[in-house]
Amino acid sequence: MTITKLMGSAALALLPMAGAALAQDAAAPELPACENCADSMVIMSWGGAYQNSQLKAYVEPYIAATGITVTWDESSNEAIAKLRAAQEAGNMPFDLVDVEGPDAQRACDEGLAVEIDHDEVLAPGDDGSAPTEDFGDSIINDCYLPQIYFSTTFGYRTDVAEWNGATPDDICDVFDIEAFPGMRSLQASPKKNLEWALICDGVAAEDVYDVLDEDGGVERALAKLDTIKDSTIWWTAGAETPQLLADKEVVMGSTYNGRLFSVIAEQNQPVEMLWDYQNFDFDGWIVPAGLSEDRMNRVMHFARFATDTQRLADQAKYIAYGPARASSQPLVSTHADLGIEMAPHMPTNPDNMKNYLVNNIEWWADNQDEVEATFQNWLAQ
Amino acid sequence: MADATISGGMPAGREARPVASGPVLAADGTPLKASLARSLRRQKARALLLIAPLLLFILATFVLPIGDMLFRSVENRIVGDTLPRTVAALREDTAPVPGEPAFVALYEDLVVAEEYKRHTQLGTRLNYEWGGASSLFRGTGRAVARFGTDVYTDQFQDADPAFEDGAQWAAWMADEAVRAALPETADAYDAWAQFTTEVGNDDPAEEEPGDMVYAALHRDLSAGAQPPGLPAVDVTGFETVSIKELLIEEDDAWGEPEIWNVLRLYAPAYTPGYYLNAVDLQKDLDGVSVRPENDRIYVTLFVRTMIMSLVITGTCILLGYPIAYLLASLPMRTANLLMILVLLPFWTSLLVRTSAWKVLLQQQGVINDILVWAGVVSDANRLVMINNQTGTIIAMTHILLPFMILPLYSVMKGIPPSFVRAAKSLGANDWTAFWRVYFPQSVPGIGAGSILVFILSIGYYITPELVGGTKGVFISNRIAYHISTSLNWGLAAALGTILLAVVLLLYWVYDRLVGIDNVKLGG
Repeated sequence: MTITKLMGSAALALLPMAGAALAQDAAAPELPACENCADSMVIMSWGGAYQNSQLKAYVEPYIAATGITVTWDESSNEAIAKLRAAQEAGNMPFDLVDVEGPDAQRACDEGLAVEIDHDEVLAPGDDGSAPTEDFGDSIINDCYLPQIYFSTTFGYRTDVAEWNGATPDDICDVFDIEAFPGMRSLQASPKKNLEWALICDGVAAEDVYDVLDEDGGVERALAKLDTIKDSTIWWTAGAETPQLLADKEVVMGSTYNGRLFSVIAEQNQPVEMLWDYQNFDFDGWIVPAGLSEDRMNRVMHFARFATDTQRLADQAKYIAYGPARASSQPLVSTHADLGIEMAPHMPTNPDNMKNYLVNNIEWWADNQDEVEATFQNWLAQ
Repeated sequence: MADATISGGMPAGREARPVASGPVLAADGTPLKASLARSLRRQKARALLLIAPLLLFILATFVLPIGDMLFRSVENRIVGDTLPRTVAALREDTAPVPGEPAFVALYEDLVVAEEYKRHTQLGTRLNYEWGGASSLFRGTGRAVARFGTDVYTDQFQDADPAFEDGAQWAAWMADEAVRAALPETADAYDAWAQFTTEVGNDDPAEEEPGDMVYAALHRDLSAGAQPPGLPAVDVTGFETVSIKELLIEEDDAWGEPEIWNVLRLYAPAYTPGYYLNAVDLQKDLDGVSVRPENDRIYVTLFVRTMIMSLVITGTCILLGYPIAYLLASLPMRTANLLMILVLLPFWTSLLVRTSAWKVLLQQQGVINDILVWAGVVSDANRLVMINNQTGTIIAMTHILLPFMILPLYSVMKGIPPSFVRAAKSLGANDWTAFWRVYFPQSVPGIGAGSILVFILSIGYYITPELVGGTKGVFISNRIAYHISTSLNWGLAAALGTILLAVVLLLYWVYDRLVGIDNVKLGG
């Protein structure tokens, strides 16, 4: 489904456009007036480098253009819990919530987020294409306003003496304690780990979710993970793996590719990316249900601006995540501070996606409750 | 106040007093007893007014949340609220896999729940009891919207175009005689009209009813109903579908007894299910049984929390006692200076202290570096002191140490030095004087410190989370996980309640063994 789309955008991302840099600086936000709109917003996001990219690319420009106040709440990790609690209390403190694909699906299924007419709410692409065409498959459900796609992948230290000069180039090297001894860091969540475990247990990438659906499929993946369980530190926040790598506490670990980019390019640590079977996922906005009319108007006004072609391209100047709009791809240029080309660091760079997975959002939305419980029990034992 | 009601002028009262035995009267002629009671009541009211802010604060922030938590740990209305028709049908039908009426009820309930988006919440809830319920309800919820029941809609509308007309339907359903003749249709129509109004914000009179209304009409008419005013339709020749078959076709699980057992077991509004779950048990049709082995974790976690809290209390006593003794026996000036060293970490942020331990204890950390440099351990075999129980015990001992030292110190300050001197002058050696005279008097301090440290550590969350890895975490980490990640608030509440009960029980045992009167926080 999303694969062709991502391939297409990857090809586009490779074409650097000469005029792109000029166009960015010239683009002072021109905003239509916002009628009956609240003058403040609470945005829930992830904190750290990602939130900073949002701040620079469109929140600060929006504040400059409208003069509203924006408050951040850095709890996207617990977005669904927070939304449920707020809905139960009958008081919704958040106006806009940044979530990963599967959480967007859950929020939509549970009525925590409002459904949106994408062609009406979102701006058309700067090439005139309708939003639903421009975003294409990255509109994963009726509630979701796409922002970026990112991948979860591995980084490894390049100075491990015990490896005798070898470097991992295969995802299964993560599971190879003999050839690549040392601690690993993996996310304390079944998502992505189970897929990688099955691939390294001999399952073909396209059959991974079929095998997980079978009786004993999840157990098979856990059995593979058992082989490295004692050599693994489990993380819950995306910033942990970069820190553990920098501290030499682990020799390889999974995290979001943008976090690894900042360890490698911004902090110059002896770390390299292992792109093999990187796992693509989506990140975007949902609008919580139960907002008053003026707050809703404000959110929609902001969302239209924040997801337009230029703003999504601007975001890629601050973090190595791919914009979800096809029309933003050609505008991706260089890093705002470092001046390096961003395209080779994008997960969609063809060199980086010889092998890859796309997180199956529907499968995870349906099965997350069961698999998460099994996985957490496995972890606790 | 008191002097106004209890008269001091006895002579005046004496005249009004009856000569014979009677109640003692106050100056204003009321019985003295009542007058006194009134004045005391007023005093109490005034005292109550003084503490009212604190009382309200505690009620609002402590008692009510705990009450809510206790309630949540047994509350289970979601099944009955989301599937009312199914629950009623299952009361009639006790077969392992029920017959068509229960499936019809389930179908209607799911259509309604899907509109309100409640079916996913129910699936999540039932998934706590039976893994598989979540995907079952999500999948079936999606399916019921495009179910095969539209065969009835089409056939009725082909038979008479009046059946397409929303206004006509609204008129029929407003007619008591029609409603009485078509009970199932009326029920289905009401449910449909309600969600059309509430969710879709549409006027039911302008909309064509949903498929489930036609399916209900077919059932009513097949049962021989003869509603007045409706076009006469002969339903005997109608093509029919079995909703039971449709649902089983959608997901085999509906044809198996497991999900129906779960629905029957968790139909009541209150359930002990969360508590059973919290001690690795589960409810089944025969009563209660132990969960499968790979699901059992909570008893282990409770035991681990107890044992590690005891170990932490023990290490706090071992480390804190000499320090408190030193502080108590040094001159005031020096003792105060050293006291600052005890209190300094106390004033530092908990997160900073915990993170500092991470830096110290990790494999490439300060302690390991020193050990490798000193040749105690080889570079390849650095000690693993973090992300395990060792890490939790070390960091928590450090963090909780002041809670042991402070009560010990204040108790020791109250032990007169002359006692030990007297013991020595009577021939005791240093050890005997300490062990027989000094130590017994410091036991209340140990008691107070131990209670503080033990109860604090049993509910500790952030330090084990940061340095405990997977083996060094406590039950409170699991509670936090269920509150914020798995969203199983009922189980979190049950675990929290059990933890509270265990603490109270231990407190009671401690009171019986040591006596709470022997605990002193100060000299």
